[in-house]
Amino acid sequence: MAHSTTAAPSGSSQGESRRDFLLIATSAVGAVGTALAVWPFVHSMNPAADTLALSTTEVDLSKVAEGMAITVTWQGKPVFVRHRTADEIKSAEEAPLSDLREPTPDKDRVQKPEWLILVGICTHLGCIPMGQKASDPRGDFGGWFCPCHGSHYDTSGRIRKGPAPLNLVVPKYTFLTDSQIRIG
Amino acid sequence: MSAPAFNNKIIKWIDERIPLFTVLDHSTSSYPTPKNLNYWWNFGSLALFALVIMIMTGIVLAMNYTGHTSMAFDSVERIMRDVNYGWLLRYLHMNGASFFFICVYVHIFRGLYYGSYKAPREILWWLGLLIYLAMMATAFMGYVLPWGQMSFWGATVITNLFSAVPVVGNFIVTWLWGGFAVDNPTLNRFFSLHYLLPFVIFALVFLHLVALHTSKSGNPSGIEIKGPQDTIMFHPYYTIKDLYGVGVFLLVFMGFVFFAPNFFGEPDNYIPANPMVTPPHIVPEWYYLPFYAILRAIPDKLGGVIAMFGAILVLFALPWLDSSKVRSGRFRPVFKWFFWLFLADCFVLGWIGGKPAEGNYIPIGQAATFWYFFHLLVVLPLLGRLEKPLALPASISASVLKEKA
Repeated sequence: MAHSTTAAPSGSSQGESRRDFLLIATSAVGAVGTALAVWPFVHSMNPAADTLALSTTEVDLSKVAEGMAITVTWQGKPVFVRHRTADEIKSAEEAPLSDLREPTPDKDRVQKPEWLILVGICTHLGCIPMGQKASDPRGDFGGWFCPCHGSHYDTSGRIRKGPAPLNLVVPKYTFLTDSQIRIG
Repeated sequence: MSAPAFNNKIIKWIDERIPLFTVLDHSTSSYPTPKNLNYWWNFGSLALFALVIMIMTGIVLAMNYTGHTSMAFDSVERIMRDVNYGWLLRYLHMNGASFFFICVYVHIFRGLYYGSYKAPREILWWLGLLIYLAMMATAFMGYVLPWGQMSFWGATVITNLFSAVPVVGNFIVTWLWGGFAVDNPTLNRFFSLHYLLPFVIFALVFLHLVALHTSKSGNPSGIEIKGPQDTIMFHPYYTIKDLYGVGVFLLVFMGFVFFAPNFFGEPDNYIPANPMVTPPHIVPEWYYLPFYAILRAIPDKLGGVIAMFGAILVLFALPWLDSSKVRSGRFRPVFKWFFWLFLADCFVLGWIGGKPAEGNYIPIGQAATFWYFFHLLVVLPLLGRLEKPLALPASISASVLKEKA
């Protein structure tokens, strides 16, 4: 900048710092403005209003006998509704927390012990674990088994073995009556 | 650059206003090319040829494709059954993707053997890696478009890789999907990006060629051009050689298109996508299998994702990891063996990537993953220091004349 300093009319350091200020201020406003202009483009890729509107599902539990499980759709995702047997509840409650990868007691994952409600998506890479049908493999812990990369979940839907990092997610749901729930 | 003298008045008139013909002349006719290039040097131009096939078939396919979950599968079947030559265009596009990758993989391993990534060609190498990354993204999104079972579940598994990112992972995945699962918004944007990315690849190829024409082509001897006795003109000598390569390529390529068009595909993708049923065995397309094996070799989600992306990113550092001053594997007696071992290792990874993650496949995959990184991060830096290379020929010309004698 030595040349421009000698060439500048004022030649003082005063003039130079005013120029620097203008340059920095212009760049900063330009950068913020660009960032703000980018946001609508980025946000347009987030879920749209109609996608968000389809956000609850109601399920009738009366037809699900003990030991049975059904799969319902909620927000385009499968949700497992399992009517657990006494044995399944017992094994879920008695599993020592120290054995769990994401330690959560079974009572924090159910509202009524016989009804286990889970998002049926493996927390590894999003496959649907097997174990809903009686003929499906249920893994080493009697819950679910993901065939894609071999994750085993227990009767509370907690990860016990395999690459998945987290337990199957419990969605938000409310009991509308004793035999009906609303998910979402 | 000095402009060549044009005799034609119209060409001269145009060239004085925009130097199209000068550029063309510099990059073809008078572009000095080493005279000892072997057939492994054909695969760059073959890859470009494959890209052109993909763009041409893609444009006409898009005229008959519908990017909606309720119609995508049927619109592809309509292309196969009703659209004139639709079956041919789609099979060219499907198999073209595989052959594009075959050419690029041969091209990459050519570069690995002959040290094509070494100074002054680091940026040339980086541009090639960027092309490769853009190709993988394009191919992945293209595979989703027919909306079969593998399309859907491949998309689900791959987009879920991003959920491994700490804290913001789930927001990124929702953003990528435009919903709470892979669904119509996902299909729509993938179609948009699948159409865009090939043109990005084309721009990168252009830069790749600018870098190539600046540093000039490498060659099997790995020594630089020292004078005109080492080179021949690109045109007509290498245009005709590349054209011959195109002929052989077409023979093999059309063989698959006509006689085994679904060889590289998965039968499951002819079942319409069903978000409620995961196929028992999700396999990506063959060109991703080595990376899929690396992903699954690490028994931790974030770790697996980092290893998988790391496997490609580490290649960007290759010009500095390989410490040997000698470029060509021809004059590196020990490196040569490690190169073939590394190639075999990549094939093992590809084989494991196509197998279920169980039993003996797990330790084999882990050993192969270990060797992949060990080769790049430990073997290459050490080899350059320990290995005693053979004597280099005096020049490209001398190496050719010696071979003749």
